[in-house]
Formats: sequence, C-alpha cells, structure tokens
Amino acid sequence: MSPQDSFSTAAAVETQQPAAGPAAEAWLAAEQIERQYDAPSANDAPPTRALASTSLRVEAGEFVCIVGPSGCGKTTLLRILGGLLRPTRGQVIFKGKLLTGPQPEIGYVFQHANLMPWRTVLRNVALPLELQHRPAQEIQARAQAVLKLVGLQGFEHSYPRQLSGGMAQRAALARTLVHAPELLLLDEPFGALDAITRERMNLELLGIRAAYACTAIMVTHSISEAVFLADRVLVMSQRPGRIVAQIAVPLPSPRTLDLMGAPEFASLTREVRRVIDRQHV
Amino acid sequence: MPKMTADAPLSGAKASTRRLKLEWLLAPLMLALAILLWDALVRWQQYPPFILPAPALVARKFAAVVRDGSLWYHTQLTLLEIFAGMALGLSCALVMGYFLAKSRRLERLLSPYLVAAQAVPIIALAPLLVIWIRSPGLSKVLIVALTIFFAALINTIVGIRSVQPDLVSLMHSLQASRWQILTKLEIPAAMPVLLGGLKIGVTLAVIGAVVAEFVGADRGLGYLINLARGILDTPLLFVALATLIIIAVLLYAVVSLLEHKLLAWQRIQ
Ligand SMILES: Nc1ncnc2c1ncn2[C@@H]1O[C@H](COP(=O)(O)OP(=O)(O)OP(=O)(O)O)[C@@H](O)[C@H]1O
Ligand SMILES: [Mg+2]
Repeated sequence: MSPQDSFSTAAAVETQQPAAGPAAEAWLAAEQIERQYDAPSANDAPPTRALASTSLRVEAGEFVCIVGPSGCGKTTLLRILGGLLRPTRGQVIFKGKLLTGPQPEIGYVFQHANLMPWRTVLRNVALPLELQHRPAQEIQARAQAVLKLVGLQGFEHSYPRQLSGGMAQRAALARTLVHAPELLLLDEPFGALDAITRERMNLELLGIRAAYACTAIMVTHSISEAVFLADRVLVMSQRPGRIVAQIAVPLPSPRTLDLMGAPEFASLTREVRRVIDRQHV
Repeated sequence: MPKMTADAPLSGAKASTRRLKLEWLLAPLMLALAILLWDALVRWQQYPPFILPAPALVARKFAAVVRDGSLWYHTQLTLLEIFAGMALGLSCALVMGYFLAKSRRLERLLSPYLVAAQAVPIIALAPLLVIWIRSPGLSKVLIVALTIFFAALINTIVGIRSVQPDLVSLMHSLQASRWQILTKLEIPAAMPVLLGGLKIGVTLAVIGAVVAEFVGADRGLGYLINLARGILDTPLLFVALATLIIIAVLLYAVVSLLEHKLLAWQRIQ
C-alpha cells in the first residue's frame, strides 16, 4: 500500500459535512464505494478493479457477515469501512459523519493475527491502551480482564510464537476488544483454524459481542459460519466485487451449536449457497 | 531414570547449556593450540625475533608496555576515535537510512552517489581527508565514521523496510502518532537487522581507526604499528595487533550481549 493510498492518521478530524440523503441517517453507510489498485509503476498494466460500486447500510447492534469468493474484494471493503483505505470513489458515513480515517470507536481484526512478535501476549493486548497513554494500572487491569474473557489467562507472558493459531487469533481479538470499540470489523479471523476450534471461537465471539454490545461486520469464507453468527448475510460477486444479495437470518438468539442441526439453519445455508452459485454461471 | 516424561524438557535444556559451555571452552583451547604451534615453529626454524618473535617474547613485551603505561596511552586514543567515529557514523546512517527507507524517490536520487562513495576505498580517501581537515582528531573520527557508514546505512534501510505492512495498518487503526509508530513498531521490528549491522560495524570501526592512524598520527595503536615496523620491533608490532584484536573481540561481545538481551524473544522456539 503506497502512502497516498492510506489515510494519514493526522487527518482523522471530520470537518466536511456528508451529502444529505437517506443514507446519512444510517449508523454506518457506504455509498457507492469503489476501489481500484494501481499497477506497480514499472509496467503499464491496467489498474486492478477490486471493488465495484458497492453500497451497504448497517444499523447499531447488528451482526453482519460478508461472504464471497476469494479475491473478490472483501478485505478491501472492510479496510475502507475501517478507515484504513481510501475508496477511489464514493464515501462512508459513520455515525452521521464522513469517515476520513481510522476512528477510536472502530476496532479491526486482521485476516492473520498480526501480533508483534517481540511483545508478550499481555503487552500486545495492552498496546492500544499504551498508545492512548492510559495509566499503567488501568492498562494492566483491562488487559488482564479481556485476556480472561477470551480464555487466555495463564498465557500473559508467552510470546506470540509460543501460541497456537487459535490462541494467536484470540489474542488479536483481545487486543481489539481492550479499547471497547463500538464497531468490530473482523476479516476472516478464524479462517486458519480447524473446524472444531472454529465453532468454539464462534460461540465465544457471540458471547463477547453480547458482553460488549458492539456492532460487528465479519468477512468469512464459510457459509455456515456466516449463517450461525449473523443477523444478515451479504453476498459478494466475483472481482470486481459488489454486494449482489442479502439474506436476513431470523434465527433466535442466544444461539447454540445445536442450532446447526435445525432445519431452518439448513434451509438458510442452502439459500445463501444458491445465491453464491448463481454468481458463478 | 525416574519421571522420564517430566524430565524430558529439562534434560534437553541441560544438554544445551552443556553444549554452550563446551563451545565457550573451544575458542580458548584453539588459541592455546595456535600459540603452542607458533612457539614450536619459532624453535624449530630459529627465526630471528624481527621476523617472527616467540610467544614468550611478545608476552614479555606486552607486560613491559602495560607497566610503563605506553600501551594504554596509545589504546586510549584509538578507543576514543572508535567510539566517537561510531557515534557519528551510526547516527548519520540511522537518520539517513530511515528517510531513505521511507522514500523510494529519495533512495533513487541518492543511491548512485552513496554506492559511488562506497566504491572509493577508504584508504585512498583517508590522506585527502587528513589534508582537508585541519583538526587531526576530527579527521580520524570522520574516517572511522565513513568506514562504518555504508554498512550501517544499508542495514537501517533493510531493517525499516522489514516492518510488516499490516502492523503499520494496525498502528494506524489504533491512531498511533508518527513518533509512536517509530518507537513502538519500526525500531523494535528493525532491531534484529540493526544489531546485525552493528556487529559488522564495530569490527569495521577498528579497521577504520587503524587506517586513519596509518595516514598521519603521532599517537594510537595504528601509529604504534607503524613505529614498530619502522624500528623493526616486531614484538611490539605483535602487541599492538593483539590489542586491536582484543578491542574488536570485546566490542563484538558487547553487541552480542546486547543482542542476547534485546532479542530474547527470537530464541523462543
Ligand atoms: N495492495 C494491493 N495492491 C494491488 N492489488 C491489490 C491490493 N490488495 C488487494 N489487491 C487486489 O484486489 C483484489 C481484491 O483483494 P482483497 O484482498 O480485497 O480480496 P479478498 O476478497 O479479501 O480475498 P481473500 O478472500 O482471498 O482474502 C485482488 O484481486 C487483489 O489481487
Ligand atoms: Mg481477504
């Protein structure tokens, strides 16, 4: 990512007024955002269109999952929603303001754990608070509490390379939760895990989201994971990606793993799959 | 062999410390062997001392120059030049390397000149510097600084570029300031490469100081070597060489220790 592609951190002040319209009332709204990546300057290849004109609206408290084929622009979309990447066209409105850069209320969990290998688990989780110059005692207490929540107590002083993949992802989740974001953006956080660990992490994620009362947008490859977690599943087309369908998931909460055996769960996953398959013909 | 399973990791650790101790013994043993061979060679060939002095003769000379203070007199200045030159060279390389790592344009603009400057042997440049710069102390410090500059610069660039882009994104998402990104991400991430460069740098700095003193000096270990050669006092030359080697080994050991302390996380399997 070249520097001019990303927002500068200093420019995170919102001065511009968003265009008036119905979208301005949504909690989070993306309006016809597009993104293309320029080819490396050396060759004359055309730029990659990663995201075609995409609009979406998310209300506070929702859990939205995004599914789509690999390379269709899911990470690109999520990075734009998190203020980490500038759309080449269109705009994102977050809580009535134009999104111009990373926000303290938005927490981002990367596709891989992305921990600092030279910091212990505790110090990795403490990083966001450390950057805010919180008092040491508060940092310690809050980091410990959130590590307990994700089930990593006893591993405070381990280094990332001593953790399993699932534990590393939990530590990454804890690091994002420690500053209590209102909006949680998750980019295939459990993509590298085995099915059993993944189901357990999904349950934990639902519990955590209930505890923090945050809104979540999660990218995933797994249709059943999407249906299990989400209130709404958005399906993206192949690259250049755009949202081609949304499927409401009116399953009761709190959800348990038993739900996966229920007939309505099966019919919902079938519906999502049908929408995806329609894209591939 | 009771408690086999519980003991397994522990005995593994013990074995590795034993291996470490053996390695520590190996280097002095090799040295002793080399000295013995050297002594045997001198006895067998009956070399006159100005061609190859016996180890005992060198040792006696060493003791003599330590006692009359002349060794320390020269070593002091060489050490000073090494430290001042490293401080100057490293700080310039770190600052410049940081900006070169950040800006491809700046790198494209400057790298031909940097490479060209590196291609000029320092030994050819040193006499010029001595002529241009009036202060003899400053010219030597500058020569040492120039000797280590390029290696330090390249390592800084490689180190800063080795930072994972997603960790930079993470820092942005947490709204870290530029200073926080530097101190909490870029410096720790670059540390392994930087320390690797420093290891090369300290040995280069010793060479740089000797080169500087060869060109024009009335004090220092380089000067002592020149002097000893002039009066055919080969034992003295050996003493000066040995002192330089000791300085280089000690400096290297200090950096290794620093590495051991700062990069403890890298040793975890
Ligand atoms: N920094 C970049 N520079 C150039 N092209 C990029 C960059 N990031 C992504 N792309 C391209 O944009 C397209 C979409 O990438 P993106 O990472 O958003 O896909 P994705 O849906 O997250 O894929 P996956 O499911 O495999 O993670 C891909 O074709 C990719 O090659
Ligand atoms: Mg992705």
